[in-house]
Amino acid sequence: MGDVLAVVEQREGTIRGISNEVVSAAAGVAAGLGGSVHALLVGGTGMSSQAAVLGRFGAEKVRVAEMDALSGYHPQGYAQVVADAVRSGDYGAVMFGATAQGKDLAPRVAALLDLPLASDVTSLEVEDGSVVAERPVFAGKAFSTITFQASPALLSIRPNVFQAEEAPAEGTAEPYAPDGVDPSSWGVRVMEFQATGSGAKDVAEASIVVSGGRGMKGPENWGVLEELRDALGSDAALGASRAAVDADWRPHSEQVGQTGKTVAPKLYFAVGISGAIQHMAGMRTSGTIVAVNKDPDAPIFQVADYGIVGDLFDVVPALAEEIRALKAGD
Amino acid sequence: MNIVVCVKRTPDTETRIRLGEDGASIDPSGVKFIISPYDEFAIEAALQVKEAAGEGEVVLLSMGNDETQETLRQGLAMGADRAVLLKGESGVDGLAVAKALSAELEGMESSLILFGMKGADMDQQQVGPMAATLLGLPCVTGVSGFEMGDGKVTCRREVEGGTEVLEMDLPGVITLTKGKFEPRYASLKGIMAAKRKPLDQKEAQGGESRLVIRKLAYPPERPAGRIVGEGAEVAGELVRLLREEAKAL
Ligand SMILES: Cc1cc2nc3c(=O)[nH]c(=O)nc-3n(C[C@H](O)[C@H](O)[C@H](O)COP(=O)(O)OP(=O)(O)OC[C@H]3O[C@@H](n4cnc5c(N)ncnc54)[C@H](O)[C@@H]3O)c2cc1C
Ligand SMILES: Nc1ncnc2c1ncn2[C@@H]1O[C@H](COP(=O)(O)O)[C@@H](O)[C@H]1O
Repeated sequence: MGDVLAVVEQREGTIRGISNEVVSAAAGVAAGLGGSVHALLVGGTGMSSQAAVLGRFGAEKVRVAEMDALSGYHPQGYAQVVADAVRSGDYGAVMFGATAQGKDLAPRVAALLDLPLASDVTSLEVEDGSVVAERPVFAGKAFSTITFQASPALLSIRPNVFQAEEAPAEGTAEPYAPDGVDPSSWGVRVMEFQATGSGAKDVAEASIVVSGGRGMKGPENWGVLEELRDALGSDAALGASRAAVDADWRPHSEQVGQTGKTVAPKLYFAVGISGAIQHMAGMRTSGTIVAVNKDPDAPIFQVADYGIVGDLFDVVPALAEEIRALKAGD
Repeated sequence: MNIVVCVKRTPDTETRIRLGEDGASIDPSGVKFIISPYDEFAIEAALQVKEAAGEGEVVLLSMGNDETQETLRQGLAMGADRAVLLKGESGVDGLAVAKALSAELEGMESSLILFGMKGADMDQQQVGPMAATLLGLPCVTGVSGFEMGDGKVTCRREVEGGTEVLEMDLPGVITLTKGKFEPRYASLKGIMAAKRKPLDQKEAQGGESRLVIRKLAYPPERPAGRIVGEGAEVAGELVRLLREEAKAL
């Protein structure tokens, strides 16, 4: 009953950073339940060669479902494989990352297993042998404490909230070929991928986010933010307010807020964003919030840890310059 | 072409949330309720498909309390043809809701079923793909735009670094995010007509909820922030604070 299954993610054969967070959070839950962590990796043949990394974060064994038809994400196929893996173990909890993929996959697994699911969990505890999860509701205007009346407890964790801590365990790879996977029954085919070239990193998963709003004045000015993002390094991604997205300055995939993405990076920059309640809904659980706005009364300053009042077109290039200087000295 | 749109009644996104006395729910008094924003995108999408085809029916389906009738009337005023209300408690356990919806959807013979990507209350983001799985139908989530084809639909979804184009067989399920479907306002004529459109009510045939909200609390207060100063001159000071005080760089 006490083992925990950590469903991890790969893209193009590389294990994604969120996986370490899921395994690490699973290790915490497994300690409370008195079991160990099994990671489950689904991918193409040869995937198991990468299993060892998950051992570093606490996975006792890494079950690797290898099949070429599953090298890329296919919801039905993945859901079937994960559900089968859950059935074949004795799990007290099954955990996903609340990434774009995890949010698509976890509900399907839940339906296949007839188990309720708590999405986007931000804190976890084990009380008297049961999992208790905390998760934001009403776009972060309240936090709910949730208990499960079914086992195993199914949940997805919000990226960047749980720290990936090193806790070396065996990490033994157990590759297997999943049974009964039939791509012809999926009814969905990927036809095309149109690269936009806009930041390869998803704003919901980046550990630093630089967001721009209407104060940016137009899409041609985004170079200012790109420069800041680049100075911050490869963990940084661009975000946007709805005003910037509605004006077609930026793609909706970058929108932060109630009708966009919920983000919780270590560091969030709100540049030329007033701080409407629907925007704050998407970023208020960020670690440190910085606001740059020319209006000292902008509501964003009420949630910002640090603010600079001024014209963003002066302030942001200066910030980028200072950060580059800081990094050069490291 | 018959399209069903699953809609949820949720508090207006502007609403201040006040906690109820039981410490596990919100105080609904004074709260304005609306059609969940993503569900409005779904209604708009359904209406555009029907208009382009020049035939068909758009049916709204909701599980909720008596007041949900009002929410459904709002959707009918936008132009949907009829509505079905499954009376029951729509709580945090999306699977219980998905079971009730799919039990009804089984008998509705629609070729396309639309959901919002996420309800603006519990933010669970799960009912659509759960219902699709229960029904054994294909499902594409987080769709920003789609075009109907012959026995299939071409969906676009924005993912990291680009747009994915997928083809899905019909019947199938789509969950919508914000995209090109800008919800229309109900006209006065639409509001009048909505009063006479059919709104069936029946008891929900769902599963029990197996998730319990034991406690609801206000989010932890963020410690009061500070204005570091004005203009580009303070950029260096901010960067120093981010490194030394916040340890964020
Ligand atoms: C149902 C619903 C859902 C919504 N969902 C979202 C959502 O997901 N995300 C979201 O962001 N919004 C959302 N909104 C919209 C939200 O209410 C606001 O309209 C929006 O966030 C405003 O964007 P903004 O801050 O960029 O623009 P504004 O409010 O216009 O603010 C622009 C800011 O830039 C500052 N500024 C201007 N020029 C400069 C300069 N040169 N230097 C520095 N500062 C400058 C101004 O002082 C101002 O504070 C939603 C609204 C509704 C009703
Ligand atoms: N009670 C309900 N009645 C009808 N549709 C619902 C209900 N709850 C959720 N949905 C649908 O499922 C979507 C996702 O909701 P959720 O999983 O609660 O975030 C919503 O946008 C609706 O389309």
